Amino acid sequence: MNSIILRVATRYLAAILLIFSLYMLLRGHNEPGGGFIGGLIGATGFVLHAIACGTKEARAALRLQPQTIALSGLGLALLAGMVPALMGDAFLTGQWLFLGAAEGEKGLPISTVLFFDIGVYLVVLGAILTLVFAMEEEI
Amino acid sequence: MSWLVVAPILVPFATAIIAFLLRERPLGRWISVAGSALALLAAGLLMAQVLGQGVIAAQMGNWAAPFGITFVADNLSAVMVVITAIAGLAVAIYATAEITPRMEYLGYHTLFQVLLAGVTGAFLTGDIFNLYVWFEVMLIASFGLLILGGRPEQIDGGIKYVTLNLISTVLFLSAIGLLYGMTGTLNMADLAVTVGQVENQGLLTVVAMMFMVAFGVKAAVFPLFFWLPASYHTPAFSVSAVFAGLLTKVGVYALIRVFTLIFDRDIGYTHTVLLWVAGFTMVTGVLGAAAQMDFRKILSFHIVSQIGYMVLGLALFTPLALTGAVFYLVHHIVVKANLFLIAGVVQRLTGSTGLSRIGGLYTHAPLLALLFLVPAFSLAGFPPLSGFWAKFLLIKAALGVEGWFIAFLALAVGLLTIYSMTKIWAEAFWKPHPDGIEPRIAMLGRAERWRLLTPIAGLAALTVTIGLFPEPFVQFAEATAAQLLDPSSYVTAVLGERP
Repeated sequence: MNSIILRVATRYLAAILLIFSLYMLLRGHNEPGGGFIGGLIGATGFVLHAIACGTKEARAALRLQPQTIALSGLGLALLAGMVPALMGDAFLTGQWLFLGAAEGEKGLPISTVLFFDIGVYLVVLGAILTLVFAMEEEI
Repeated sequence: MSWLVVAPILVPFATAIIAFLLRERPLGRWISVAGSALALLAAGLLMAQVLGQGVIAAQMGNWAAPFGITFVADNLSAVMVVITAIAGLAVAIYATAEITPRMEYLGYHTLFQVLLAGVTGAFLTGDIFNLYVWFEVMLIASFGLLILGGRPEQIDGGIKYVTLNLISTVLFLSAIGLLYGMTGTLNMADLAVTVGQVENQGLLTVVAMMFMVAFGVKAAVFPLFFWLPASYHTPAFSVSAVFAGLLTKVGVYALIRVFTLIFDRDIGYTHTVLLWVAGFTMVTGVLGAAAQMDFRKILSFHIVSQIGYMVLGLALFTPLALTGAVFYLVHHIVVKANLFLIAGVVQRLTGSTGLSRIGGLYTHAPLLALLFLVPAFSLAGFPPLSGFWAKFLLIKAALGVEGWFIAFLALAVGLLTIYSMTKIWAEAFWKPHPDGIEPRIAMLGRAERWRLLTPIAGLAALTVTIGLFPEPFVQFAEATAAQLLDPSSYVTAVLGERP
């Protein structure tokens, strides 16, 4: 689609969508949100870019092939699920690491759950973009 | 120990990822082979554990059943996982010689491994909603495999396949929703306990019928089978072999699991329906095959007919009948996958799978003829091959409950199966090639020959082994049937001891 209004608006919208998608991903840890919805919102940003400027530019902006992103996400989720093996726990059991924890201070919690969620984010982002790019290029 | 249960699922997933990253290099296909071998090892270890300790359950993320997701390996699950891994390894080796670099680049090995993971997951899960998820995983991967290559008839077959399977999954999902509404649980072991407390047992039978239709489409039983012969003859031979061996059997497995564990209260109704379905499936499948003149189409219709036998075992619902059904499942996966692989070699050598256009294989490729005879005779039920024992157990079970007519039907269908196999034999092997081609195995390259024929020979050897030494297999199937008919060990393994 060749529309200057859409192209200019996309520059701002795509960036906001991407930031918002990361916010949704992190927020999902304790509140509504998470990797799935985050990935969908992130994909919307790139889809908007593809509609406004063409899939070629959108692919360039993404740098990696969407399939590769989806499969690396699957790999990350799988690894996050397998970390508990080191502690002798069952598959997908959450493992926690508190960075900078001291007396009376909880520290910054980092968990395998977060990495699993990031994996989901990447799978959804990659899968949606694979489909949308393929369909856009078909037309 | 819980890792042992999930390992057969994790290995194919990991293989899928690595194979995708290496999809532009020849190494990618060997990753698929190595991953399949590793999956077979994992399945073997699981089997050993199940044989030693009985049913084992694993709670994902340490969330206790019935709230978390449970994976359970009992005899039936374990044997299905092992046979899936065997078929997976055979097809992975075969695919190294068949799949083009273009299809590899499009992700053949990744989709194949994801399909294996989906099938294995469906066999191992102990949660009915999770079963739905594995069905979806399988559906997505199989649709990708079906249309890989992009020829018009593939898309045509793919659309029919996906439409009917989507209807089935939607029905499955609705049935799960209704069942959850009545019982408040999705864990299959917990369901086995709670369905007894449902006030309106009539409604439960309605839900059971919804499950039967949903799984019936997957298993390709009468009258819901028509998507299968419409699509299975179109994709690559490796793809149709793994589909023919495994996909419909997941439907049969789900039927057996659900109608022994959960819906075993109104047997007079549900299993009578299953009996009729089984009879019609056997007959329509075999008659459909008699009318076909394409190697793969004949085989596709035979899948339908053979599914009837397995459903028959479930419908009769006696220990002997279930023994027969389990034996039949295992035998059928090996034989059917093998026949499709042979069809691929036949097409390579003679240029087609249309029976009127090929021939001359018996004179020029006697080894292939021998390799074909083993699974073909086994399918038809010749002693001493595996199919004979499978049919023998089922027919004996039918006679045991005085089901004279269904026993007669099963025998007659076996006879018609021989007719179809004879047709393939006479057309493809016996008569000379109409174009005067001499189809020799030497036409294949040296490496190609090994990669195509080793899996075929391996599966044929397995068929012969089961046929010559049926005793341990039958004993195992008997133990499986006993487990299915008395689910208390399954329930205890998942939920712990109950007062």
